[in-house]
Amino acid sequence: MKTKIIFISLITFFVILFLIFYVGLKNTNIYTPKSNLNNKIPSFQAKIFDSEVYESSDEIFSNNSFYLLNIWSSWCIPCRDEHDFLIKLKKNKNIELIGLNYKDKKKNAKNFLSELNNPYKKILLDENGSISIEWGAYGVPESFLIHKKKVIKKIIGPINEISFLEIEKLLK
Amino acid sequence: MKIFKFCILLVFLFNFNAVKASDDNLVIKITKNLRCLICQGQSVHDSDSEFANSLKIVVQNKINEGMMEDEIYNFLKTKYGEWILYEPELTKKTYILWLLPILLFLIGGAIIFKNLKIRNN
Repeated sequence: MKTKIIFISLITFFVILFLIFYVGLKNTNIYTPKSNLNNKIPSFQAKIFDSEVYESSDEIFSNNSFYLLNIWSSWCIPCRDEHDFLIKLKKNKNIELIGLNYKDKKKNAKNFLSELNNPYKKILLDENGSISIEWGAYGVPESFLIHKKKVIKKIIGPINEISFLEIEKLLK
Repeated sequence: MKIFKFCILLVFLFNFNAVKASDDNLVIKITKNLRCLICQGQSVHDSDSEFANSLKIVVQNKINEGMMEDEIYNFLKTKYGEWILYEPELTKKTYILWLLPILLFLIGGAIIFKNLKIRNN
């Protein structure tokens, strides 16, 4: 009787263990941070691209209108893919595009914009990546849709047709 | 008088180094407990990704601003979630994780103790 109980418990233990590992294998082990939506925008000071002027986040996002903060860099290939969507968004009068130039060389960034056009109303510099961390970003490109100084949508990776339409819908 | 001034300078320099070293140690301690989101499986301290290098600067800046270790963890938790910490906090979700090893240790100890007692008898 005792050996039977031990045998059954061992079988149950290994079946449970197998199921845990099986489910675990099927799950992706790449973690994506949760989008903390409706959070207030972080407070920071940033240098304006190609100038010596510094502006605070309160000055940059002073209106209650829509803003799209786009983290980009000239060395980032997916940034080129999303650029057409940014140019299209620029035409929408309900939104202002703010660029955050991430760990880039000034000359390369200028070439990038002259080649693909500049969709941004203002470009901020993030020379050491610390401002991006204040935003909770961990790569380029990433975009944050802001309304009334709150992040209402976060896009990790390049803006595509789907996310572009979602932004347009939110702007209406 | 000159010797006295020289001694003061030496004391100042040594103390300054000690402060710098303790700050560096704290940065290493904190970044070793942070998970890199780009090279998942590596700590921020070990990783050389752009994200990890930026995070090292941010941690150093926060220490310079006077933030405590726990405050820095809380700041990063609000940005990236608890997953960024290697050492999870004791919450409802992590009860099993924290308590199971202790429970297993106690059960194992009890079994060994019982067997020894039986043997002695």
